[in-house]
Amino acid sequence: MSHRVLVVDDEPNIVISLEFLLKKEGFVVAVAGDGEAALQQAEQFRPDLVLLDVMMPKKSGFEVCETLRANPALAGVKIVMLTARGRETEVTKGLALGADAYVTKPFSTKDLVARIKTLLG
Amino acid sequence: MNRSRLVAPRLAFIFLLGCFFFNYPLLSVFNRGGDFFGLPPLYAWLMGSWLALIALMAWVAERSD
Amino acid sequence: MLQGSVIVLASLFYLGILFAIAWYADRRADAGRSLIANPVVYALSLGVYCTTWTFYGSVGRAAASGIGFLPIYLGPTLLFALAGFILHKMIRVAKTNRITSIADFVASRYGKSQLLGGLVTVIAVVGVIPYIALQLKAVSNGFTILTNYPEIVMPATAGAVPLLQDSALYVAMILALFTILFGTRHLDATERHEGMVAAIAVESVVKLVAFLAVGIFVVWGMHEGIADIFSRAATVPEVARRLASADSPSAYGSWGTLVFLSMFAALLLPRQFQIAVVENVDPAHLRRAVWMFPLYLFLINLFVLPVALAGMLHFPGGAVDADTFILTLPMARQQEGLALFVYIGGLSAATGMVIVETIALSTMVCNDLVMPLLLRLPMLGLAARADLSGLLLEIRRWAIVIILGLGYVYFRVAGEAYALVSIGLISFAAVAQFAPVVIGGLFWKGGTRDGALAGLAAGFVVWAYTLLLPSFAKSGWLPDGFIAHGLFGVELLRPQHLFGLNGLDEITHCLVWSLLVNLGAYIGVSLQRVPNVREARQASLFVGGAEAAVSSGWRGSAGVTELLPLAGRFLGRDKAEAAFARHARQRGLRSIQELPADARLVSFAETLLAGAIGSASARAMVASVVTEEPLGIDEVMNILDEASQVRAYTKELEQKSLELTRATAELREANARLRELDRMKDDFISTVTHELRTPLTSIRAFSEMLHEDPKIDLAQRSRFLGIIVSETVRLSRLINQILDLAKLESGRAEWTVAAVDVTEVIREAAESLTALFAEKRVMLELDAIEPGLTVLADRDRLMQVMVNLLSNALKFVPADSGRVQVGASATPEELRVSVSDNGPGIHAEDQEVIFDKFRQGAGTTDVLTDKPQGTGLGLPISRQIIEYFNGRLWVESTPGAGARFVFTLPRQAGDNDGLATEDGESHSGRTPAGGAASDSGGKNNGVMGGSQ
Repeated sequence: MSHRVLVVDDEPNIVISLEFLLKKEGFVVAVAGDGEAALQQAEQFRPDLVLLDVMMPKKSGFEVCETLRANPALAGVKIVMLTARGRETEVTKGLALGADAYVTKPFSTKDLVARIKTLLG
Repeated sequence: MNRSRLVAPRLAFIFLLGCFFFNYPLLSVFNRGGDFFGLPPLYAWLMGSWLALIALMAWVAERSD
Repeated sequence: MLQGSVIVLASLFYLGILFAIAWYADRRADAGRSLIANPVVYALSLGVYCTTWTFYGSVGRAAASGIGFLPIYLGPTLLFALAGFILHKMIRVAKTNRITSIADFVASRYGKSQLLGGLVTVIAVVGVIPYIALQLKAVSNGFTILTNYPEIVMPATAGAVPLLQDSALYVAMILALFTILFGTRHLDATERHEGMVAAIAVESVVKLVAFLAVGIFVVWGMHEGIADIFSRAATVPEVARRLASADSPSAYGSWGTLVFLSMFAALLLPRQFQIAVVENVDPAHLRRAVWMFPLYLFLINLFVLPVALAGMLHFPGGAVDADTFILTLPMARQQEGLALFVYIGGLSAATGMVIVETIALSTMVCNDLVMPLLLRLPMLGLAARADLSGLLLEIRRWAIVIILGLGYVYFRVAGEAYALVSIGLISFAAVAQFAPVVIGGLFWKGGTRDGALAGLAAGFVVWAYTLLLPSFAKSGWLPDGFIAHGLFGVELLRPQHLFGLNGLDEITHCLVWSLLVNLGAYIGVSLQRVPNVREARQASLFVGGAEAAVSSGWRGSAGVTELLPLAGRFLGRDKAEAAFARHARQRGLRSIQELPADARLVSFAETLLAGAIGSASARAMVASVVTEEPLGIDEVMNILDEASQVRAYTKELEQKSLELTRATAELREANARLRELDRMKDDFISTVTHELRTPLTSIRAFSEMLHEDPKIDLAQRSRFLGIIVSETVRLSRLINQILDLAKLESGRAEWTVAAVDVTEVIREAAESLTALFAEKRVMLELDAIEPGLTVLADRDRLMQVMVNLLSNALKFVPADSGRVQVGASATPEELRVSVSDNGPGIHAEDQEVIFDKFRQGAGTTDVLTDKPQGTGLGLPISRQIIEYFNGRLWVESTPGAGARFVFTLPRQAGDNDGLATEDGESHSGRTPAGGAASDSGGKNNGVMGGSQ
């Protein structure tokens, strides 16, 4: 059974690229363009892993991460944060909020895929 | 003088009393003719009040033993 | 029969008894069983206040002015009522500091000043010598009168008797001898004379008993009681006038003055200070003295008025001097024994006064006048002499002889000019000059050495001019013209009516002026500066009393090897060793040799020496060994200088520290500002980074996918490549805009200023965007544009602004139904262009934020995360451009009802400012419109500054 991945980013082009990439790797992919949509999708889609951009309209990646982690129904979901701001404090904050990994944009597609596969075991 | 802290202030009060007794205007009250048991009133007043003050001082100073 | 020889023998016998008492008391004191450690002895010894001036003079004054003799004794009574505050404090201070005289007291209080000690000594000697003369005169007169018994003959005028036949001369010589025997048998570290005090106490008893005996004899022997005398007096008009006092303001004024004056005298006369303060064994004795001394005064005055009245009744017509009534009344009734007793009583009063006064004065002369001078003279080599104690005694003996000699001279020359009582008052007025510095010094810490010197000197000069010189003049020593006509004939300078002050007796007059200038100078000069270190330390010792910490202020140290010989030189070796041994025991050490060389030992030695040679000289001497200098005076000066230097240095430090605090505050502020700027820069860089990475992310992702998977179908491939291209374009635009903004903000942008046809610019901008508008099917309306509007500006930059505003509007309006309207109008002053849309509008709180870099409008305050197309730099750049031309750019909007961006450009300012003449030229980094642009604020703040 293939793993389910939810891609959340407000940059349409990045969403397109990630969706294409992950589908090619055999994942079942859903997308969301902002934080609220992401939470909605998470309830319905029940992803195994969420690729979550930090800087988003309506709800930031941090807030989404926090909400997801607070939801016991989604306890097992892995979260990979994506950010274009490579600050140490943000990495720490993301990890503290319960993210499993932190990836800085721009990323290597190969590395990202490998990371996701490792996390999903 | 240390044994009672009130001795010095009490004596100082006697000082003020003495300043009043021994000066104008009180003196002018007694500075007149006539006599007081055969004595001129001013003389009688000064010697009398003086002695009274001394007695008062003795009482205040020695009492605190 | 009272022959001269009998009287002389009786006198010598009496003096012999006194000496025996003194010798015995000294023996007892040496054995540690003090005879005078008794409050009654202390109270009786205070009776030294009553001299022959009282003994003979009171009756004379009563005969002249009735009750007027009394204030002299009421004052001391009042003083002792204040003993708890003044005397008690003085005694404790004097004991703590081993004060030896009133000169020492004043010198010590104001920083151990030798100059001050000397001045006090001079005033005391000059002021008191007439008083000593008075004693000589009284004894000599008494002797003369008595030798003529049974005749009652008034003595001849003092100067008329040949010198060698003048009994006063012999009286003076005997008294000098006696005083030397009493006062300078040995040098004591505490400068206390137990034997003398015992003898004085006995003398007080003798003179009191003598006076009471006469009084009782006159009242009950010659009359039938006091009432009898008064009633008789009332019948004789001449005598009756003495029964009441003059009832006038000036009489009451004089009365009050005398009360006041005698109060000071009982405290400040050298002999009073000696007995009441220096010779005091235990401050607790004051408890008894407080009432016993006033009682003594009361008793000795009890019969004064009756005796005076009886004398006037008995010797009518003034043939017999009233000052002698006490002696002549018994003589007139052939009471030989009583007369002799009265004479002995008078001798008691005189010897008591002379002994104590000359001992006190000689101590002052020696310690505060002669020794400081001798020690200053290096040629004498005194500082190197091994034993100075003998020299000290020698100086004192000579001082006694000279003082009594001067007294005798004064008696010969001026003795007859005044009644006894007036001479006493001259002395009282002289010592009253000490009152401000002594009492002020006890209660006010602000007094300085300079203030004390000024006050004393001024008071002394006025006293001498208004009281002493007139007394000389009246004695024929000086021409008396200046009394009647003033100095140099100036009326205002008449010594006894100074500055036209009339209606006062001479004593009151002198006191008013001298104490006024004295107090004024003391306080006024003291307030010129704050007390220096030394003065401040002494001030706290004196004002704070014994409770104040006794620290010597010595910073150096010296050991026993230096200090013991030094003390030995002044005290004698045995006494010094005994004192050091005592000190060692007090510190729990077994022997003198164990004493450490510390400041405490130095202080001890100084205090010890102070008892012998006065505090000022002691300090100088100790300073000489502490710093190992042969002579101390310079060293003392150095210490003083050092103290003031330390003070100045401290002040400087305080100043520096203050500046440092201020600088620190400024630095902290600057640092905070820098940190804030740093934070802003970080934010900016972080934001720029984010903006750059976002397109890069897409580009890299698509590039890698295309690169790694050649099997991607063509449609996908071309779509991905299209995205890569558009993201690259976005990236380039972003970079360009960032550089552009940086240039604008730093003022390095290039401007081409010329008259611009705004209408044309708007149309051109609109045309360049026609395709985009058409693509989104948005209507662009340009109807509200007035034709032919021109303004001085950079055409390309203005175009940039218009394109920005139009594309911004296009971005936010909905597709299909979107509508954008452009309006342009002008007044003579300014051009106004607006771009309105029917988009979602902008919240009021965001209406300024959108002009910040990387902040685009979208409806939440966290605008950065809301990201429509565009870089977020268009509006900040546009605003920079408009503000460069002194215009304004802003937005008006109601959320939900679209937004209207408006900018204005001034027409006049640009026209007037030389921009027109440089038509078409390129300006680099120039601010047009005379720099007014910078007034619009925040223009050149660097990359991160800018938006309002």
